[in-house]
This record gives sequence, structure tokens and C-alpha cells, in this order.
Amino acid sequence: MAVDKRKVQEINAGSMADIAFLLLIFFLVATTMNVDTGLVRVLPPMPPENQQQEDIKVKERNLLLVLISGSGNIMVGQPGKQEVIDLHQLKDKVKEFILNPMDDADLPEKADKEIELADGSKWVYPESQGVVSLQTTRDTGYQSYIMVQNELTRAFNEVRDEVAVKKFGAVYSELPEDQRGAVSKAVPQKISEAEPRNIKK
Amino acid sequence: MKKKGGKGLPPISTASLPDVIFMILFFFMVSTTMRDQELLVRYKLPEATEVQKLEKKSLVSYIHIGQPSMTMQAKFGTAPRIQLNDSYKTAKDILDFVAAERDKLSENDRVSMTICLKADQATKMGIVTDVKQELRRANALKISYAASKSLGY
Repeated sequence: MAVDKRKVQEINAGSMADIAFLLLIFFLVATTMNVDTGLVRVLPPMPPENQQQEDIKVKERNLLLVLISGSGNIMVGQPGKQEVIDLHQLKDKVKEFILNPMDDADLPEKADKEIELADGSKWVYPESQGVVSLQTTRDTGYQSYIMVQNELTRAFNEVRDEVAVKKFGAVYSELPEDQRGAVSKAVPQKISEAEPRNIKK
Repeated sequence: MKKKGGKGLPPISTASLPDVIFMILFFFMVSTTMRDQELLVRYKLPEATEVQKLEKKSLVSYIHIGQPSMTMQAKFGTAPRIQLNDSYKTAKDILDFVAAERDKLSENDRVSMTICLKADQATKMGIVTDVKQELRRANALKISYAASKSLGY
């Protein structure tokens, strides 16, 4: 067979760019880039309907009431000792409530909790029994609600960071999965969201 | 001064142009997600600093709350509405919505189903609470209040 001396004819790739452009524009239009971020919460399960709803008794010292009014004012305090405060003070107030560093008799009591670590050892941590109860009215704006939720989360995150540094020597977000689980068991995010009050005007 | 030659500059080779475009294309294919539904409400998300990323988009269902978008306002007014899938719904429909969304997931994933609440920052808590109560009734307890990341106050 005679060998063709000429080179094989090249495929014209000139329109390749156009095809690629078409695909690119399709993806630009059909997709979105934004990553969804948000504050993650777990709602309490609904009590069975036929069951008599009984209030869970919480000692007064273990309860921190956070009320957001319709106009966005925040009232914080343990039952009977509430005061109107600014949003910026909220975080420290909540932190003090969770940590109770001086073992104050008015602040939440602590109960030792045994947490099993990955290496099999036990870690005993005095877990705070405090519960933050968040209440809003139906008129409260979503923005102020999120801002308060944010401050509460920040308070819990900072406490977790402190505990994590003390125990494992690194901040919470840098810990491996199992140690992170242990810290979040030691400092559970106890935020109770009561149904909003209907305030008649 | 120009040389008087038969030909000018040789044309720039565009042979690598497809490769460049393909690279951009792959970047977009990897870093973006499909737009899945058309928004009928408009909202501006509230801002927060302690936000967490939502992992695994396939496990997330969205509930949008806000004013009807401009084109729909003539028909539906400006009162805040709840959008599920592609239409306006009321809080009562959430039960069915959650059940339908849950059916789409495999058995193992149902526990980790997350509801993402995308509500306008000017929404009143009343409507949000109604939605939350319905979610509790539907036993969809993992929720995320969508908020955009801000750097602090």
C-alpha cells in the first residue's frame, strides 16, 4: 500500500470555542453561586395532643428570660430581676449566666456530667443547668429576633471555645470531630423558644 | 515606521481559546449549584455573625417568607406570604410539604433533613412562629434561620 505522504487532515477546531462558550453561558444562567448560611436550631418536638401539657418546672436560678418587645427592646434577667439592656450587653450577660464562674447562689447550679472521650477515658465536667428562654411577641421583627439569636449563639460559642482551650488546647472550630462532640455535650445549647405572647393593645 | 512587507503580523493563534473557556466552564460547574426554583417573594436576609454553612444541599428544603415580588404584587398585594416550591401557600400546607420533601429522601437521610427558613428581615415574628409551630407538628425539627454573614457590628 502506498503510504500517503501528506499529514492526516486536521479537524477544524475553530468552533470549539463557540461550543464551550455556549456551555459556559448555560451554566452561568442556570446555576447559583451563593452558599446558604444560617443559624442552626433544633425545635422541640410537639407534645402529643391528648396529653395534658404540664409546665416543666425549672428552678428560678436556672432560668434566664430574654424577652424581645415589638419595638425591638430587649429585657433580660432571671425571673423577677429582669432589666432592659442593650444588645451589646446581652452576650456577656448570657456568658456569665452559663459559666457562673463564682458559683453564685443566684446563678444556675451545675451538675457533674460524665463524657466519654474517644480514647476511652472519662471527662467530668460541671455542666450548667441553666436554660435561656427566648420569648417574642407576634409583632417583633425578624431582624431583631435574629440579632438576639445571634448574640445567644455567640455567647455559647465563646463558652465552648473557652472550655475547648482549657481541655484540648485549641478553639472549638479547630478540634477534630469527636472532641468537638464532647465539648458540645459539655456545653449544650439550651435555648428554649416559647411561643410568642399575644399582647393585646 | 512600518515595514513594507507582503504580510503584516501573523494572526494570534486562537487554538488554546477553547481550553481556556473549558477551564472557566469547569470552574463554574464545580463551584455553583443548580438554581432549583423561581422566587415569588423577595427578601433581604437578616445579618448575623455566627452563621454556619448548610452542608449537603440535597437534604435541605426551603421555605421562603416575604413580600410578593414586584410582578406578583398587583395580584397578591404586599402582605408577607409563604412560598413553598413554586407557589404561595399558607402555614397549613407545610405539613404536606414536609411530608413530600421527606418522601424524596432515602430512609437514612430523613433524620438529617433540614428546613431552611428564608425570611425577610422585616417579617413579623407572628408568621415565622406559625411556620415553626407547623414544622414542629410535621416533626421537621432541624431548622436553619437563613442569614447572611456579616463581620459584626
